[in-house]
Amino acid sequence: MSILRKLAFYLVALFAALTLNFAIPRMLPSNPVDVLLGKLQAQGPVTPETRQALMLLFGTDTSVPIWQQYLDYLQSLATGNLGVSVTYFPTPVTEVIASALPWTLVLVGLTTLITFVIGMVIGTIAGWKRGTWVDSLIPSTTILASVPYFWLAMVLVYLLSVTAGIFPLGGGYDVRRTSPELSFEFLSSALYYAALPALTIVISSIGGWILGMRNMMVSTLSEDYVITARAKGLSPKRVMITYAARNAALPSIAGFAISLGFVVGGSVVMEQVFSYPGIGNAFLLAVQNNDYALMQGLFLVITISVLGANLLVDLLYQFIDPRTRARGV
Amino acid sequence: MSTNPEMSSAAGVATPGRSGSVAPDSPLLSISGLSIDYLGERTVHAVANVSLQLGRGEIIGLAGESGCGKSTLAYGINQLLVPPAVITEGGVTFHDRSGDDIDVLALEDKELRRYRWNKVSMVFQGAMNSLNPVISVRAQLNDVFATHRPQMSKAERRLRSGELLELVGVDPKRLDSYAHELSGGMRQRVMIAMALALDPELMIMDEPTTALDVVVQRDILLEITRLREELGFAVIFITHDLPLLLEISDRIAIMRHGRIVEMASAEEIFFAAQDPYTRQLLRSFPSLTGERGDFIRHGAQLENEEVR
Repeated sequence: MSILRKLAFYLVALFAALTLNFAIPRMLPSNPVDVLLGKLQAQGPVTPETRQALMLLFGTDTSVPIWQQYLDYLQSLATGNLGVSVTYFPTPVTEVIASALPWTLVLVGLTTLITFVIGMVIGTIAGWKRGTWVDSLIPSTTILASVPYFWLAMVLVYLLSVTAGIFPLGGGYDVRRTSPELSFEFLSSALYYAALPALTIVISSIGGWILGMRNMMVSTLSEDYVITARAKGLSPKRVMITYAARNAALPSIAGFAISLGFVVGGSVVMEQVFSYPGIGNAFLLAVQNNDYALMQGLFLVITISVLGANLLVDLLYQFIDPRTRARGV
Repeated sequence: MSTNPEMSSAAGVATPGRSGSVAPDSPLLSISGLSIDYLGERTVHAVANVSLQLGRGEIIGLAGESGCGKSTLAYGINQLLVPPAVITEGGVTFHDRSGDDIDVLALEDKELRRYRWNKVSMVFQGAMNSLNPVISVRAQLNDVFATHRPQMSKAERRLRSGELLELVGVDPKRLDSYAHELSGGMRQRVMIAMALALDPELMIMDEPTTALDVVVQRDILLEITRLREELGFAVIFITHDLPLLLEISDRIAIMRHGRIVEMASAEEIFFAAQDPYTRQLLRSFPSLTGERGDFIRHGAQLENEEVR
């Protein structure tokens, strides 16, 4: 029942996002279609279908009433037609996104998850042993979090890639030796190339998780139910995990949901520093080249992923916090 | 100072506790010269040289204003203090049912955990916050059994959990509830059930009824006294509500600035309090039978003249 209601809510939100995506290009002051057509013609002949699709996409075909345009837009979305990218002409936007998305999803997604898990574990221990040496590590991680990401990334590239030569300078995989396919060689190469970007993300974002969890632990430890658990003679491990950390983690998990939503769109700087072939890179190119179709498509993917991540955590949250469960009492 | 008309009106006509001998013949817990400090820039002597003997099955009331050290003393009995609180001197001996004497302050790790809840269980002041909000009542009871009675089967635990809730007058169906699904009174009943789980010899109650309204408060108190008569555990009952203590306690210790200023049977405290501070505490509660305004003026006067 409540799950259905949640799903309905997310459907409404998705619908609103799609509508916004339809409306924004129609509010642009200039005529993006002419700009685009000029660029496309410079690269090769433009078919009448392409012209028609672009006009539909941006709503410059004034002969068609707006509601008809909206329906056509929804229909082309439903059939997976997001137009043609100017940057990667004549590749369709869907293909550009499909080839960039896995890179970002795997690298940034996994890294975000790893950062969260490690941060929570260290935060739990630091809070549990407040005042000891573990606790005194916290300020150093906070300093790392406050350093600008691009600077930290470039310092690490200089130290580990340029000077020490442990990691490659950038890119997604070794283009001379392998190509994207499901082989051990490609996967190990991709993993090797992802290691340094992943490391920089972990280092720069772990401080926040540790600090948040550590502080929540400290305040949870003074709760009556934790003192009761100690008085009950439970083992310290049990008190720390089931009674303290289980409660202290709740706000961080909500924060994790939000950061998951940013995985798809959020790492433009990282992909720029490491020339990583992901969504952030595609985004930057789209902006630089006034590639409206690609931008629109990327917005759509980001919106859907934010909504999806939120829905997932929303559903998950009911299992970890019984107070959010709707139940007839 | 909190005043509570219902409770004190009851106290005004109450027959104060059972006959209170000053030293119990069969001691359960002996505290001797216990001192507890809170270390800091200015060290606070929260408990200073407190000695106390608790008899088997006895209810001792520990009364005093906020910050007088009564909770700190209770935590010390169970070694629950965390830094900056340290026990600087004194000893706590628990005289076990089996005849063994346990030096509580010498217990460590495993032995300490075995002692906790098995011998001494506690009910804390926050009726609302003593239950873990994210796991069910059953899981929290199971935690106790899994730790202290690992040989119990699942069915036995289930049975015992149901029995315990019935004992305190809560529907056993509530085992699967979470804290937020229970009322304040029910939560405190569940906590008392949990405190009874291992059939302890001593139960420390740290203001167990403070967060509850007076009607529920009364129910819980009746429940505690009934259970004590049935099961025979001793109780250290901590509160700032002296009239309430007069009703339920065998003996009462009045604490002030970390010291016990007076210790006597409930009757003696009520009819013939020796210490001026005890008299001030008694007068700070309105009485139905006393003269109007009497307690307030005398209390205020006393505070200026004798106590300061």
